[in-house]
Amino acid sequence: MPVKVASEWLNSCAGCEISIVDMGERLLDVLQVADFVHLPALMDHKYFGQLGDGKHIEIPEADVGIISGGIRNEEHLEIAGEMRKKCKIIIALGTCATHGGIPALCNSYTTDEILERYYTTESTDKMEAFPSEGIPPLLDACYALDEKIGVDIYLPGCPPHSDHIFRALTALVEGTSPKLPEKSVCDTCPTVRKGKGELKQMRRFLQPPEYGAADEPLDQMRCLLEQGLLCMGPVTRAGCGGDNVKPRCISARVPCRGCYGPVRHNGNQLLDMLNALASNGIDFRSLPERKSLLRFSGAHRLLRPAAAK
Amino acid sequence: MTQVINIQPITRIEGHASIGIRLDDNGNVEDARVNIMSLRGFEKFVEGKPAEELPRIVSRICGICPWMHHLASNKAVDGCFGVTPTPAGRLLRELMQTIAHAEDKLLHFFFLAAADFVIGPDSDYAVRNVIGIAKANPELAKKVVQTRQKAKMILDRFSNKAIHPIAGVPGGFSKPLLEEERRDILAKMREILDFALFTIDFAKKDVFPKYMDAIQTLGVIKTGFIGTVDDQGAMNLYQGKIRLMKPDGTFTEFEAKDYLDYIGEHTESYSYSKFPYARCWNEGFSMDLENPKGIYRANTLARLNVADKMATPRAQAELEEFREAFGRPAQATLLYHYARLIEEVYACERAIEILEDPAITDPDVRTKVEPRAGRGVGCVEAPRGTLIHDYSTDENGLITRANMIVGTTHNIGPMNMSVSQAAHALIQNGKFDEGILNRIEMAVRAYDP
Repeated sequence: MPVKVASEWLNSCAGCEISIVDMGERLLDVLQVADFVHLPALMDHKYFGQLGDGKHIEIPEADVGIISGGIRNEEHLEIAGEMRKKCKIIIALGTCATHGGIPALCNSYTTDEILERYYTTESTDKMEAFPSEGIPPLLDACYALDEKIGVDIYLPGCPPHSDHIFRALTALVEGTSPKLPEKSVCDTCPTVRKGKGELKQMRRFLQPPEYGAADEPLDQMRCLLEQGLLCMGPVTRAGCGGDNVKPRCISARVPCRGCYGPVRHNGNQLLDMLNALASNGIDFRSLPERKSLLRFSGAHRLLRPAAAK
Repeated sequence: MTQVINIQPITRIEGHASIGIRLDDNGNVEDARVNIMSLRGFEKFVEGKPAEELPRIVSRICGICPWMHHLASNKAVDGCFGVTPTPAGRLLRELMQTIAHAEDKLLHFFFLAAADFVIGPDSDYAVRNVIGIAKANPELAKKVVQTRQKAKMILDRFSNKAIHPIAGVPGGFSKPLLEEERRDILAKMREILDFALFTIDFAKKDVFPKYMDAIQTLGVIKTGFIGTVDDQGAMNLYQGKIRLMKPDGTFTEFEAKDYLDYIGEHTESYSYSKFPYARCWNEGFSMDLENPKGIYRANTLARLNVADKMATPRAQAELEEFREAFGRPAQATLLYHYARLIEEVYACERAIEILEDPAITDPDVRTKVEPRAGRGVGCVEAPRGTLIHDYSTDENGLITRANMIVGTTHNIGPMNMSVSQAAHALIQNGKFDEGILNRIEMAVRAYDP
């Protein structure tokens, strides 16, 4: 019997859903064994019934519930609760769902500060009150899913590689549980590391790293961190390149920014990175700014408004 | 007692929106609105971040069109730091932009919109989707999936990350294009162009003729239009002047950096999203169906309407045929789908032109940048409309202020109008069914929000 799947997106950008589509022809294979009962991105099932006369949000029962995005408003909270109630297994898909992701950068500010700026930009007409009619009130912060509902499987990544999504869905159809490696990006990065050097300062990514000819393989380029460029590889979970592929950003000669979240679920990318720099004798004050180190994992109260600290 | 119909969520669109329709005692439409349900606040939380990091942060505004945010942001940071990308860096950015457009239009037409036309607007919701198409026409579905995947994997393999890209950098691009990569991508883009031509022929022959009645009536409103054109008045997706056209077809042009003199953003109590409008028309903002004020539309139909011509031959031939049938400016909302397929042809042709330019493989892809105080306005045409990123930096190159006008938002006012028009026309004396509610959603889907 096909596995019933319900899918939802909350405080998200649709990138995770596009990564599902990026399975390509494998998606057609998945559709043979998975029966999607709710999927707003591609299907027309409605919360309040197909005639729009229901009183509460209703999602059909499913074996597997996939949720992307964090929880930022009361509607997200209600949908997440309904998904938990109706689905046997909940997958947190993508770093917004597992750790807040980029939108959780808002956690450095109060909700009023966020609204105040958005509704007073140079192009915005003066207004009397923030919108509030028929739209869900914002919560005080952007939360990872597991701060509000139970999560069974974490599939981080911004977005998660479609190879991983395919493997996870296949495992669930077969009744097994997908396993994620607890390795760092550095563990899978082929660049050349020579160990502790003379480096004392980090420099900003304003010019290309040093490497030879345009087609020089990655395993001949010096590690970007050892070149003095901040690279979040040491404190970031491996996997962005999918099956047997090298880290994506470093392959483009660009340093990692941490999009798969911390190596261990409860890690702190900011503290771990500052420790890594300090233990190599690098002055972390040479970084232009530090909150960005939590740009993918600012939920779980790691980023907070200045006044609340 | 008044009755409220909640179409929630609006499906087969990107993002979180609902339609609320209020019926009076006689079951006629009192009002109909589109609620935009989410707000993330990028304008605030990018403050204080190093400007060169922004192209990799703001891409998360949209996972369907991350390239456009990435590139508009790179252009804005170029402006803040006062640099001009190298010729190859500029070409690589435009190449990524056009291929991303080509991929996006296949995604929208086949995965999101087509079910309403191919399966039918009144069909059972359980099969009215891409999965239903795959079951009903497995051969076409396979070809669509393969072709879209081909376009997506060009971006993914060359730039190393297609969703939330990283290869655009202030000053240009992070890596050069090798000759063997160029030949490989060129061959693939020629195949994708063939499919684009097949698609538009298929739609003109087998899809649109069946729905001419709906095209002439559903969600039809009269508005102005916005889009980018080059110096010759031809449509351009990457660079040029912004042309703002009134409903009567007259227009003004301006540089993106001057957008504040032309565009304002109105707010309504029922939508987190703001409503951009033509402030320069000095008539205020109104979504009145008979007498709208300040309302213009963006996205495919708008770009075609404002352009005098297309810069590539096949797309130009298609535009001529389109104009012959529907005039300029064409106002019928469902024509967005037709216009989308003409742009698909253009995007493929333009990508091929860029790949045939010898400068594309020049290894000098990046100008060195130095942080400094400045202001930059970056603009590109996103699939959903004219996209503007406007940043200021302090002397360390940290962001002090950011404003963004996102493509989709230009159409929030028009979408409300099209929904209101459709609801008034289709719901009378309390009579409505699933098919009618889906037709009202089709008035939103045309805008591909």
